This record gives sequence, C-alpha cells and structure tokens, in this order.
Amino acid sequence: MTNWWMILGMLLVTQAARTSFLVFGGKVTFPDWLNRGLHFVPVAVLTALIVPMALAPQGRIDVSPHNAYLLGTLVSIAIALPRGKILPAIMLSFCVYGLVRWLI
Amino acid sequence: MNSLSARSALMQGARDTLPMMIGAAPFGTIFGTFAIAMGLSPTVTLAMSALVFAGSSQFIAISLLGTGAALPVIWFTTLVVNLRHMLYSATLLPYARHWSLAWRGSLAFWLTDETFAVVEHRLRTHGAQAGQWYWLGSSLAMYFNWLIWTLAGVLLGRAVPNLAHWGLDFAMVGTFSAIVAPQLKRFPYLMAAIAAGSVALLARGLPYKLDLMLAAAAGIAAGMLSQAKEMPR
Repeated sequence: MTNWWMILGMLLVTQAARTSFLVFGGKVTFPDWLNRGLHFVPVAVLTALIVPMALAPQGRIDVSPHNAYLLGTLVSIAIALPRGKILPAIMLSFCVYGLVRWLI
Repeated sequence: MNSLSARSALMQGARDTLPMMIGAAPFGTIFGTFAIAMGLSPTVTLAMSALVFAGSSQFIAISLLGTGAALPVIWFTTLVVNLRHMLYSATLLPYARHWSLAWRGSLAFWLTDETFAVVEHRLRTHGAQAGQWYWLGSSLAMYFNWLIWTLAGVLLGRAVPNLAHWGLDFAMVGTFSAIVAPQLKRFPYLMAAIAAGSVALLARGLPYKLDLMLAAAAGIAAGMLSQAKEMPR
C-alpha cells in the first residue's frame, strides 16, 4: 500500500512540473537566475547521491582497494568522462564491482 | 491538416527519437531489475514506469525506499529532481499555445529529457506545423520503449533470485556516475559536482535526507557562482 502512495505522490509532483506551463502556463517568464540554476539540478543531485555511497558505503569513509563501490565508481567515471561512452562505462563498472566483491 | 501529414509527422517523431530509445534501454532494464531486487512487486514496478515515467527519479525513489526514507522525503526529492521539466514546459509553450487542452495535457504527461531534446530542435527548426503529431510520435516511442525495457528488467530480476545479495545498490552508483561524468568537462558543472559531493559526504546521515537537499543546494549555488565568474562582463 505504501508503495502505491509513493507512486501517487511522485506522479503528482512530476506532473506538476510537466504541466506547469504547457497546461496552466500563461505569461509567466522565468527569471534568468532560476533558468540557470535549474540546469545544475541533475548534476548536483546525482553527485550528492553517488559520493557518499562510493566513499563511505558502510557509513565510515573508506578509501582503500577493499572498497568495491569506490573502485567501480572510478572505473565508470574514467571511461565515461573523455568521450561520453556511457554504456561501456556502466557495463565495466558493474564488472569491476562484481569482481572486487567476489575477490574479497 | 490532412491525415497523411499528421501520420508522417507522427512516424518522423518516433524515428528521430530512436537514438534516445537505444540509450534508455539499459536504464529501463537496470531499473526493473533493481526494483525487483529491492523487494517491489512486478505490478508496482511497472506501474511506477507507467505513471511516473521519469527514469532518474524512479531510481532515486527506490533507493530512498531501501534506506527507510519517509514518503514526504521521497516526494520532495522527486519534485527537486524533476523540477527541470518546468523549464522544458515553459520552453515549449510558445509553440503549443494554440493547441487544445487535450493535446497540451497529454504531451505534458509524456515530457521527458529525451523527448524535449528531440521536439525542441524540430519546433525551432521547422516551426509548429504538425508539431503536435511529431511530439506525440516521440512521446509514445519513449513511453513504450521505457515500459518494455522495465518489463525486461522485471523478468530478469525474477529469473535471477537473490539478486539483492549481489549488491545491486551499486547499480545506481555505477549508472549515475557514468551519466554525470561527461558533464564534468565543463567548469561550472565540475564545481557543482565538487560542492554537492563534499557537502553530501560531510552531512551524510542527517534526518529526512536533509543531507541530500543541502548538497543539492550547495551544488547549484557553486555551479551558478562559477558560471557567473566565467561569463564575460
């Protein structure tokens, strides 16, 4: 039941954003600062989710070769960064993560 | 407008969205598998893809659910993550202004990053002529693509029991870091990531996922400040 409430709430807030201007929109224009700020939301939120899980998967900061999360993340970034090869980056990061978990 | 040009615009919209569909396929599959591994039922998982239809927020919601976050926290995080759709909605309104409410409502329901990118380009270069059919073609293509790959993920998750023990929580970290990495080549985005990451690490474990909100705010502020610095006066 909780899961259905979760979906309902997510549906409402997502649709509020999507329908805002297209359905209810009128003459409102975005102030420039808001316009620029919104572009940084995905990078900021995604990084905020990744970093604690990669550097402190058990709650304590763990920068060591035993940290499979960190190694997997580094591999993912190293492959995706130069030329935007996202899919190979994901695949290889999963492999490295799995391998480290299996070895330790 | 005759039905032939409507139909060809619809098909064109779907065709132009094909590269985006290929890109979304692995995310849909990973999402479906991840959701099953985190204990969601196949029905709930598919309903989420069908009703919310916003990839990254679906991932985030499930991982928040896994950490025991309360519903208002999940809803608020979803709102923040999907706030950018407001920007898309505003950008496309000038082309859609004269279309019926039914058209604008339906097209808004399916508005994603991918469809926005494809449709905005088309409307800017070709004008609004048959634009609603083109937009619908792109929307339906993305929508059914997302549902099919979610289903594939659900089936995979069901076929491989105990997937949760394989540490599927890494799925989100590995996927998101690959999405973020290419953007870090631009200085303001790099600064946004550094600020958000540092605050998230230092503030981790605050109640109500306040750490996530603080980190997001810090990242946005850092990005805007470094962009202002970069711009010529």
